Amino acid sequence: MCTYLTEKLRLDGAAKGASGWFTVTDGMVYVDHPYHACHEHTVNIDLTNPSEGPSARVAIELTEEAALALVEAIHKALAAAPPGLASAAPRPASA
Amino acid sequence: MTDAMWAGTVAVTGHEGAGLEAYAARPLGSAPHGGVVVIHHMPGYDEATKEIVRRFAANGYAAICPNLYSREGAGVSPDDQAAAARAKGGIPDEQLVGDVAGAAAYLKALEHANGRIGVIGYCSGGRQAFLSACSLDIDAAVDCYGAFVVTAPPAEYPLKAEPLISRAADLSCPLLGLFGADDRFPSPEEVGVLSAELEKLGKEHEFHVFPDAGHAFFAVDRPAYRPAAAVEGWKKVFGFFGRRLAA
Repeated sequence: MCTYLTEKLRLDGAAKGASGWFTVTDGMVYVDHPYHACHEHTVNIDLTNPSEGPSARVAIELTEEAALALVEAIHKALAAAPPGLASAAPRPASA
Repeated sequence: MTDAMWAGTVAVTGHEGAGLEAYAARPLGSAPHGGVVVIHHMPGYDEATKEIVRRFAANGYAAICPNLYSREGAGVSPDDQAAAARAKGGIPDEQLVGDVAGAAAYLKALEHANGRIGVIGYCSGGRQAFLSACSLDIDAAVDCYGAFVVTAPPAEYPLKAEPLISRAADLSCPLLGLFGADDRFPSPEEVGVLSAELEKLGKEHEFHVFPDAGHAFFAVDRPAYRPAAAVEGWKKVFGFFGRRLAA
């Protein structure tokens, strides 16, 4: 099936795509047919910058298990670092 | 009789004069041939769809697949174009009809064209093949598992697709429908509703629901591929076009 359901979010960071590094401003997450992965359905994640055109995109296609493992790993990595270390909010320069 | 063909990228004029990239293939022989417009699936203008275009040429048709996501930018890879189009909720119906009309005009202008045009589409293209057949004067249409012909997408879906069943009275040509029994979009129940409506309207149609097959059973590069249904489905397609598009 084509689910079409798409979660969209604003992002702040950078990613390396087919033409090099670019600033990431937007993201999409959807469960649908993958373009490349050899599964009928995958969790598809796009990291994009629409202002730089459709080619400013990093595409990821993961199984459900892999996607959840990625989410858990992100939580663990953040929990292991000082709170706010990777935050976009301005912080005083550390010594 | 020769089975040689030409295949490659061409430019066609789509809706409101837009320049579109398209992939075309045609027999090199001088016998009159019918034309087939191939409408790609939602993942876009990909290698598997180009293979389908060549398959029609190998079987004696001039075929063309317009890149419906051409407007996302020249030189952009088809998967990135598809992602950008998806983010916008797909493409407007009016634009699709104009693009298919432009592709059909390209085929009709070819040297050995017999003037007959068929349309075939897969997945979202299945719905769009039906839409084309209700909007344009064509000779045969094939809907391969097109969803949202009978029912609207669920409210939370961003896809801009209205049901088309109210337009069935405008169907301009015979319709072949090929569906999977395990598909949910469209479900066999929806296929039944469409069939009943066409029956009521006296519209010529031939529907097949293949067992042990779901959505995208023709897609040879995906796990959804079901050889038994696809082999039988291709026989139905060539039988149907053979009857409808002959000179």
